[in-house]
Amino acid sequence: MAKQSHLKNTIKESFRMAIESIRQNKLRSILTLLGISIGVFSVIGVMTAIRTLESSVNSQLDIFGTNTFMVQKAPAIQIHGPGNNKIRKRKNILYTHYEELKQRAKLPRQVSVVDGTGERNIQYKDKRLKKTAELSGVDEWGLRSFKTYLADGRNFMEDDIRFYRSVTILGPDLADILFPFEDPIGKVIQIKGLDYTVIGITERKGQAFGQSQDYFVMIPISVYIQRFSNRWTSLGINVEAESTELYEKTMDEVIGLMRVIRKVPPKEENDFEIISNEELMDTFAGFTGGIKLFAGAVSVIALLVAGIGIMNIMLVSVTDRIKEIGVRKAIGATKRDILTQFLMEAIFLSQFGGIVGVILGIAGGNLIALLLKVPAVIPMDWAFYGMAVCSFIGIGFGIYPAYRAANLDPIESLRFE
Amino acid sequence: MADLISLKEIKRHYDVGGEVVRALDGVDLIINPNEYISIMGPSGSGKSTLMNMIGCLDTPTEGIYEFEGELVHKMDDNQLASIRNRKIGFVFQTFNLLPKATALRNVEVPLIYANMTKNDRIEKAKIALISVGLEERMHHKPNELSGGQRQRVAIARALVNDPSIILADEPTGNLDSKSGVEIMKILDKLHSGGNTIILVTHEEYIADHADRTIHLFDGKIKVDKKVTKKRQVST
Repeated sequence: MAKQSHLKNTIKESFRMAIESIRQNKLRSILTLLGISIGVFSVIGVMTAIRTLESSVNSQLDIFGTNTFMVQKAPAIQIHGPGNNKIRKRKNILYTHYEELKQRAKLPRQVSVVDGTGERNIQYKDKRLKKTAELSGVDEWGLRSFKTYLADGRNFMEDDIRFYRSVTILGPDLADILFPFEDPIGKVIQIKGLDYTVIGITERKGQAFGQSQDYFVMIPISVYIQRFSNRWTSLGINVEAESTELYEKTMDEVIGLMRVIRKVPPKEENDFEIISNEELMDTFAGFTGGIKLFAGAVSVIALLVAGIGIMNIMLVSVTDRIKEIGVRKAIGATKRDILTQFLMEAIFLSQFGGIVGVILGIAGGNLIALLLKVPAVIPMDWAFYGMAVCSFIGIGFGIYPAYRAANLDPIESLRFE
Repeated sequence: MADLISLKEIKRHYDVGGEVVRALDGVDLIINPNEYISIMGPSGSGKSTLMNMIGCLDTPTEGIYEFEGELVHKMDDNQLASIRNRKIGFVFQTFNLLPKATALRNVEVPLIYANMTKNDRIEKAKIALISVGLEERMHHKPNELSGGQRQRVAIARALVNDPSIILADEPTGNLDSKSGVEIMKILDKLHSGGNTIILVTHEEYIADHADRTIHLFDGKIKVDKKVTKKRQVST
């Protein structure tokens, strides 16, 4: 009679017996599965959602043009804390700083200046805005720095800035509101009661973070400073490097010059911030890192609870089947056979629950992605971790009940009613 | 012919709350191949303990137990499991089948622990089931079978590993008389086919099927006699 390898046979038969036993106790097994599934679901769901959010946010945080960074007084994203006061006390970045930097910096392809504020008082004839629009003061490089392209009309020229011309470029959403039936180019709109001639319309960018990126108006920076600035106004300076290779070097030069211009003592830290696409993404990654950690902790607790559930079920299962264990021992099952059988059952339960959880989690995460209208991501690595954790739970929490089953006395078990 | 089973001065003492219970108190017994033995005795006489001892479910506190020359009293759990698996077939009063498994599957289980391949197992299990007349009911679960049929499945399970000895503990205790007769018929047939059978019972007319009757009393063998007018099940 052919014999097969003991281990392989034991595992194969234990697996089969595990499935039989699970099928024979459907409700109990489903409830246990549910515990594990919810635990894994919470991990995978949160991770999928975060992954999805990250990928969409990162694409939306990609706001600056190629090889472009910005110098400004405060960080792009501020977290309230002890450092906040220090930032507020910094000197504003003034137009003269920009002029000096532009004059002295040798590496940048171009240096431009920008500031913005909210403004609602914008009208054309009887058309008015209902919502505050973003009003920016820019120079001829402004559009390029923010990767914005003209759909119609012309860009600002050096002369527009130099001669304080009252001209404006509109975002498409704003143009739609003010000029539903007319060509805006050449028309005169009022901003805070003063006239501006529309010289251009930009291309549509769509939404970021659920907000329109096309609801803005731009005017020359010189006009902006004259009419919209106050003593708190601190400008932003956009710098574009010649190439990716020169990006770091350019940044170093700009930082050095800004320190000189703003007279920062050698041992003190910068009194301004460098903001780039990378920096924005890093800051956001800091946020999601925190969320991940929290979600991870919650999931660990959920999985722990699920594990205790498995252990409980397995203990009940052992008590329920004391007689069966006795019979199996009487007909030749060794301790190891019984141990393997019950352990396989626990592992199978947790694995199956894990698979269900992974599927639900990925589906749930992607549903969130669908609702946020961002591309979906499948976190394969987390699916893998989830399954690994499930095996661990199956073994970890299954071992004690299995051990108890294996060590039952066959005579006592057979007598058990 | 060598002894199949040899018990020498077997003692089994339990410590129950500080008091020593002498379930077996010096039992000497030799069983030869193809014997048909019944063990009788009142409750608490030690017949279950003796049965468990012979069945290698229990080990003696003192004494020497040899099974086909192997020293059972010195074996560890795994060796005991192995000898139960290879050499002993159990038939219980309450059948003790796996309730959710088919008859075939139930008979297959001992062969799983014997590491047999699936095809071999099914083949052997089928032969065993046919030998107890259950070829028609192989794929039925215990709750779809009558008491007598269930016990026949249990006998098939006991037989399937070609054991040296079949231990039947009150095999007819839970059956109506007609099914009981059927079961005894099968056991008689197995004995005439060369099997060694030990039967625990407290029914005289069941015990009379055996060639030899052992009476236990207070953990000791009081009577060990050949049955003279052996009862035969009319065929």
